[in-house]
Amino acid sequence: MTTMRSGLANRTFARAWLALGYAFLYVPIVALVVYSFNDSPVPNVWRGFTLRWYAALPDDRELIAGLALSLKVAVATACASVVLGTLAAFALVRYRRFFGSTLFSGMVAAPLVMPEVIIGLSLLLMLVSLQRMTEAAFGVGIPERGMLTIWFGHLLLGMAYATVVVRARLQTLNPQLEEAALDLGARPWQVFWLVTLPMIGQALLSAFLLTFTLSLDDVVLSAFLSGPGATTMPLVIFSRARLGLNPSVNAVATIIITFVAIGVVVASYLLARNERRRILDAAVAERPAG
Amino acid sequence: MKKHGRGGRFAVIAVPYAWLLVFFLLPFLVVAKISVSEMETTTIKDIIVWKDGALAITARIGNYLLLAQDDLYLRTYASSLGYAAVTTVLCLAIGYPFAYFMARARRSLQPALLMLVMLPFWTSFLLRVYAWKALLTEHGLVADAIERIGLDRWLAAVHLIPDPGQLMNTRFSLILGMTYTYLPFMILPLYSNLAKMDLRLLEAAADLGANAWTAFWRITVPLSRPGIVAGAMLVFIPCVGEYVIPELLGGPQTQMIGRTLWDEFFSNNDWPMACAVAVTMVLLVIVPLAIFSRNQAEATRQAA
Amino acid sequence: MADDAFLRISNLVKEFDGHRAVNDVSVDIAKGEVFALLGSSGCGKTTLLRMLAGFETPTSGTITLDSQNLADLPPYVRPMNMMFQSYALFPHLTVFDNIAFGLRREGLPAGEIASRVEAMLKLVQLVPYAKRKPHQLSGGQQQRVALARSLAKKPQLLLLDEPLGALDRKLREETQIELAGIIHDVGVTCVLVTHDQEEAMTMASRIAVMSEGRFLQVGPPAEIYETPASRFVADFIGNVNLMDGSLVVDEADHVVVDCGDVQHRIGHGITGTRGMPVTVALRPEKIRIRRDALTSTATPDSGVNRAHGKIKEVAYFGSFTVYHLQMASGRVLKISQSNAERQQGGQLTWGDSAWATWTDLSPVVLTQ
Repeated sequence: MTTMRSGLANRTFARAWLALGYAFLYVPIVALVVYSFNDSPVPNVWRGFTLRWYAALPDDRELIAGLALSLKVAVATACASVVLGTLAAFALVRYRRFFGSTLFSGMVAAPLVMPEVIIGLSLLLMLVSLQRMTEAAFGVGIPERGMLTIWFGHLLLGMAYATVVVRARLQTLNPQLEEAALDLGARPWQVFWLVTLPMIGQALLSAFLLTFTLSLDDVVLSAFLSGPGATTMPLVIFSRARLGLNPSVNAVATIIITFVAIGVVVASYLLARNERRRILDAAVAERPAG
Repeated sequence: MKKHGRGGRFAVIAVPYAWLLVFFLLPFLVVAKISVSEMETTTIKDIIVWKDGALAITARIGNYLLLAQDDLYLRTYASSLGYAAVTTVLCLAIGYPFAYFMARARRSLQPALLMLVMLPFWTSFLLRVYAWKALLTEHGLVADAIERIGLDRWLAAVHLIPDPGQLMNTRFSLILGMTYTYLPFMILPLYSNLAKMDLRLLEAAADLGANAWTAFWRITVPLSRPGIVAGAMLVFIPCVGEYVIPELLGGPQTQMIGRTLWDEFFSNNDWPMACAVAVTMVLLVIVPLAIFSRNQAEATRQAA
Repeated sequence: MADDAFLRISNLVKEFDGHRAVNDVSVDIAKGEVFALLGSSGCGKTTLLRMLAGFETPTSGTITLDSQNLADLPPYVRPMNMMFQSYALFPHLTVFDNIAFGLRREGLPAGEIASRVEAMLKLVQLVPYAKRKPHQLSGGQQQRVALARSLAKKPQLLLLDEPLGALDRKLREETQIELAGIIHDVGVTCVLVTHDQEEAMTMASRIAVMSEGRFLQVGPPAEIYETPASRFVADFIGNVNLMDGSLVVDEADHVVVDCGDVQHRIGHGITGTRGMPVTVALRPEKIRIRRDALTSTATPDSGVNRAHGKIKEVAYFGSFTVYHLQMASGRVLKISQSNAERQQGGQLTWGDSAWATWTDLSPVVLTQ
């Protein structure tokens, strides 16, 4: 391996490229944070250090309401995405061929890449049609546009991501483990609970965090699917950003970045610590070569 | 394989399947239907109507005709594809060496390197795009830097910005924003692929007389093809329909189809038109979508 | 077909996409037997085992265990347990919990579970490892845990899928004997699947040689080895010299087969007719080889049960030596001679002229 590294990955060139790349990735983030302390209504020009934008945040009704809604939707999305994603992953990995499986796998993967405007528009129109029909039939139109509809949209996207994560883990799982459990007298649901779940637990957690973040951050789907009084935090930020530069956005951004940074660092540390044990476990649990 | 019991197996497949059919497929059909419907203020008229004892189907293809003929729409579609393509190429150009060097770095360093890429990925993309808005507006850090080294004159010369000094709301800012946002989406699948590559293949190549460059082009690159395709599709397809970045960083110079759809729906309240735009957009991305789907299926088969 | 057969497999068929992996297999296995399914990969042995365990549903045919029809019984209800090729130990559970897993599913009281697991650990000699996790054990230890786990529930039938496949050679030899011993002590009926002839022959009381979903021959190891029923079986097990010829003498107490350059006289009668084409199978260890002391150029007369040629290859294996003797006709005979005395192996070498001889009870006549 040492010989290969000195070949193309010329040390200085590699380091320079990586350094520039990381700089590119982080300059905006750092700028956001730095300018949140800028004592100037125009976040661009530095005028002095202040914390007043942070102080103003708790009084920012619109933003706080948006945050509350976003958190609620995000938790709901994450929970439902993990459930649906796990079911879909099982269907795709364990029951590989069933009626319409190609269509199914296509539908599961599509939200990953489909432009959100299309998903948002189509889902909204369907829900509106549904609303019209139920109104005509029962006098009350369901579903009302609001938190529920936003949740549906996020769930669509979240499920696609959750399926990818859980599926990747399931594929490396030795199916003989589940067979052994069955052989030893465990009913199918016991097999899932006692054997499969502990083994995919980490993947489920990753899926949860991923879909949580996705939901918290989403703009387009929320815009299409929200209703009166249901404005998520990204929508608040987006409308402010459209109008121009706004230091309150910087303040919120810094807080979010801090949380994310802590989360990512902690997660990476825990992951690295478990990684060694997982590799050993995996060696025991992996499919036999022959 | 093993019997989960007929009922259990059925439920496991049926629940997500039903969900997807109702919330993903059905909406598309609704969109297709509306795109050929007439709209009166806020109601969509039915296309299939029972009139005088006969079924009458009224499907307006006027919207599609307009899309096919109107220069503005055609140019918007073309430019969307163009921007997406440019972004994909830039992401590949920056991201491939990046992922490569990450994968070849010291084993102990790699988790940290990966984490450093993950952090921007997990940070709200809206905020990061907004950050570029701040950096590129007049007197912004990057704007100043560019003006100071005179890069803006070159940018104006190649028509990426209309005038030197105006870096926001230009082609340049849009491409920069999109490349920036989607770079992690290119790096991660590439890194995943390159990190798993069997280095013994390169050793064998060296043993057979290939120098580093040859080994790279003839072995590493072809083997990383699934990663390249995955990354390219993960960048290209969403970019075509991107809305937020063109809205915040683009300008009159840049017309993208995502914005068109949004405007038709929210500003003009022309639902059938918005739907027609959406259907056409889906048709546009169907080929890359198929490539992506096939790439994923092959990767799954190889992993199995 | 005894009526008191413990495990009865009748006309079992398994089809996958029009291809028959198991093609009409029937056999009766007695209680306490160790029955081996021997064949190369793809012959259907694993599919057959999985049907016994309940992981595959037969396309047609029946499986009866102790007069109980097993059709439609899911694996968690069947009174049999399986030891998997990959061991399939639960990585997140300790050795103790792995072995106790099946017992816990039965709802036994904790005290009884503990004593049963202790007994199992003692049986496989892993008592001090009870609290370890599988990844902290060596391959051989993992295998023993897998065995203990599969015996913990005192199953009526034990299924073994390539039990020694994952072990290296030295470990395999030791484990083979140990495993056979444990199974014998416990007295459980066993069906084992393997592609390794040695494994089958040392561990099983009866072997079924399988190919393309069918049983080619079923019988005790000695029978399979010494009296193979067909060319395929003769060639599959051990080494053999196969010679085609025709039956020239057909008597009640002896037959003679003319293979052109070699004549075989076999000291017992066979069912057949004169002129019938047959194949003669002759095992290398049954042939004696002696250096040809004569240096005359006269053509040696062949006679029966003898062949003359030049030594083309010599392979020294320590405890025995294998010679390839090339006859004038071009045919090469494989001869294996144990080195009963020191220096015996070095007496014959490349290019030497030699005589190969064998008795009339050594060859086997194959009609298939």
